[in-house]
Amino acid sequence: MRVPCLALGVIFWCTGAALALEIEDHHLFPGTGERVLRIVSTTDLAVFEPYILAFQDDRPAVAVDYTVVSSSEMHSAIRAGAQFDLAVSSAMDLQFQLANDGYAQRYQSAATETLPDWARWRDLIFAFTTEPAVVVINSTSFTGLDLPVTRQELIAILRDNPDRFAGAVGTYDVRESGLGFLFATQEDRSSDAYWRLNEVMGRLKPKFYCCSSQMIEDVAEGELAMAYNVLGSYAAEKLAQDQSGQMQILRMQDFTNVMLRTVLVPATAQNTEAAGAMIDMLVRLGMRDDPGDWPLPSLSQTSTGEAIGFGPIRLGPGLMVYLDPLNRRAFLAEWENAMEQR
Amino acid sequence: MTSETRSIGRRLTLLLAGVAALLSLLSWGMVTALAREATQRTQDNVLAASATTIAETLRTEQGEVRLELPYAAFSMLGAISEDRVFYRVTADGDTLTGYDDLPQPIAGRQGQIVFDTANYVGVPIRIASISRGILAGDGPVLIAVTVGQTRDGAGAIASELSRLAAILSVAFFVVAVVLSAFVAQTSLRPLNEIAAAVSRRGPSDLRPLERPAPADLAPLLAALNRLMARLGESIRRSEDFIAEAAHRIRTPLATVRAQAEIALRTVSGEPEKDRLRRIIRAVDESSRSAGQLLDHATVAFRIEDLASDRLDLADLASQTVAAMDPTASMRDIRLHLQTASAQITGDAVLLEAAIRNVLDNAIKYSPEDTTVTLTITRNEAEACLTVVDQGPGLGDEPVAALTERFRRGTNTDGIVGSGLGLTIAADVLRAHSGRLELTTAPNRSEGACVSLVLPLA
Ligand SMILES: Nc1ncnc2c1ncn2[C@@H]1O[C@H](COP(=O)(O)OP(=O)(O)OP(=O)(O)O)[C@@H](O)[C@H]1O
Ligand SMILES: [Mg+2]
Repeated sequence: MRVPCLALGVIFWCTGAALALEIEDHHLFPGTGERVLRIVSTTDLAVFEPYILAFQDDRPAVAVDYTVVSSSEMHSAIRAGAQFDLAVSSAMDLQFQLANDGYAQRYQSAATETLPDWARWRDLIFAFTTEPAVVVINSTSFTGLDLPVTRQELIAILRDNPDRFAGAVGTYDVRESGLGFLFATQEDRSSDAYWRLNEVMGRLKPKFYCCSSQMIEDVAEGELAMAYNVLGSYAAEKLAQDQSGQMQILRMQDFTNVMLRTVLVPATAQNTEAAGAMIDMLVRLGMRDDPGDWPLPSLSQTSTGEAIGFGPIRLGPGLMVYLDPLNRRAFLAEWENAMEQR
Repeated sequence: MTSETRSIGRRLTLLLAGVAALLSLLSWGMVTALAREATQRTQDNVLAASATTIAETLRTEQGEVRLELPYAAFSMLGAISEDRVFYRVTADGDTLTGYDDLPQPIAGRQGQIVFDTANYVGVPIRIASISRGILAGDGPVLIAVTVGQTRDGAGAIASELSRLAAILSVAFFVVAVVLSAFVAQTSLRPLNEIAAAVSRRGPSDLRPLERPAPADLAPLLAALNRLMARLGESIRRSEDFIAEAAHRIRTPLATVRAQAEIALRTVSGEPEKDRLRRIIRAVDESSRSAGQLLDHATVAFRIEDLASDRLDLADLASQTVAAMDPTASMRDIRLHLQTASAQITGDAVLLEAAIRNVLDNAIKYSPEDTTVTLTITRNEAEACLTVVDQGPGLGDEPVAALTERFRRGTNTDGIVGSGLGLTIAADVLRAHSGRLELTTAPNRSEGACVSLVLPLA
């Protein structure tokens, strides 16, 4: 199977099961040598590109083949045996399940040893960012209103201004997005205001999105008044480029989910040496103290930079609870009930 | 020579160390087993709690079994270790959710938790299972909840504890060995003390050992004392016997000699005279032997209970010279004494006997009309009485042999003697912590040179 793959020159997928892989983006960063590091990732190409370039600065010989897919696509592809050397994902629960079920390879190095305990699990998964879930608003929609800092206040504002927010509220479609599902389930666990907020949003005919970037885009363009539970790192990136000056990031003070972007070496990986080197680089960047010019925050940035210290979502078997089909079905049913009111 | 077996101290140390090693090994094994058991039990408890928590959420809704995995059920498993987690829920044997190839232990009573160890996805896992019957649509359904976890965390803790226990056991063993050596040495100290006391004694000190001894050694000490008493007794008895025998032999021999002298004077035939002369000579020899034997016995006897009087070696020498002078002048031998006072301690009778025997030899083995010179010299520690004659010297044989009992030289033709003279002299000097030195003067003008060396008082 590998021979024709190599003959094609570009190796996206090699197994029959993975042929159905729904690719969102793909780019090959050529190297001077033969070797290719195949990364499958949920991180947008634009966000991850600086990391790949930094990697190639060090190892110009290694070509990097970067494929962006949704987290659930990645999960099922790797379970089906798709051949990738590195899997980078923001859906911690799916990553964890892969490791727990034996689809990841052990990797250990001096760099990974420096990671705090909560940022790695069994030398199988390594976290290299901490990224909070935030609310992004278009400030014109909020003129004359106090900006909400807790979910209670957000609920009150949405409830009291249905005209202003009807059809202008966006959030993840948790049925589609792994990260959205992770944020939603963690919020269900931690905050009792979550379902009430869902009720209120549901009445406003919300728009559902697959990805943070799209949502942020729509807020910036005034399509949306508010996007709930988007990745803070993407929002900050967008905010920096934003010209309109209408976009604003809100962090809820009552509770904030902090996600860890994690990387693992799939059991089927071929080029484990380069994969290890990439992990070392990501981990070193994750441990950096100086924020620097990198698009994604370091491990310490979110937790120490903010006044309210919510620990990141715990990397442990608890993550698998909501992935259980029965649990998932029940959760989605409840979510749909709240969100799709007629 | 007695063949030497392994030392008691070493044997005791080895034995105690062996016991310590055994105990160390045993305690290490026990701690390891306990640690394994304890960590296993901890894991079992968490697994049981997890399975129970899941089982408790079971309910029926519109005749359908509903189950909601609680977050805590899994997060508690993650709290104790980074072990992989597997689970499975079955209804009447059909998998409701979870890993459908996860082995399920044979269910026990309802509500009872069953534990098992199995192999799953190539690694050993520990499983807890609980079963619970609930009423669904068309009757009771038996739901089994199984939660499994790899055992790396428990194994790591157990082996860490085992490693710690091993270090402690080794330390314990080392301490035990040191203590064993100490104990062995301490318990053997009285024995060593007795041995030292016995070996410190002089060669003929047969007094009983009077010292406190531990109860275990008292019989040994008593037996030793009895042995020495018996030995002393038998030595004394044989000396008494020799003295008595010598005395009894000498008296009749004197009579025989007197009669033979008379007969020699009365017979006229040369062969008869010759025969009688041979008889007289044999009698002389026997008589000398008996006398020397008697002296020897006396010396041996007195040595045993040595007097230590302050004496001047010069006095002793001149007294002996005076006593021997008549014998010497019969053979025209001049005794020349060069005295210097030298204070010594000892037994006058014995020292006189020693000097007499040495001087007797000088006179006896020297040709007529010669001089025997006695010189006393001294240095810081020792006094020395040297007797030099102008005789033939001590011969070519090794001189040390001459002090052996009944040992006579090759130059003794026609000279009466028993071979005990130098033995007596050497014994006396040894008893006084001195020595007898025998040399032959290298220049032919002089003969034997015999020195009696004694420590100064
Ligand atoms: N002054 C000496 N000159 C030559 N030989 C000697 C002299 N003194 C000792 N010897 C030799 O040493 C031997 C041992 O002497 P020792 O006095 O023990 O025995 P002895 O003189 O033969 O007998 P005893 O003295 O008992 O009658 C003698 O037989 C003799 O050969
Ligand atoms: Mg003699």
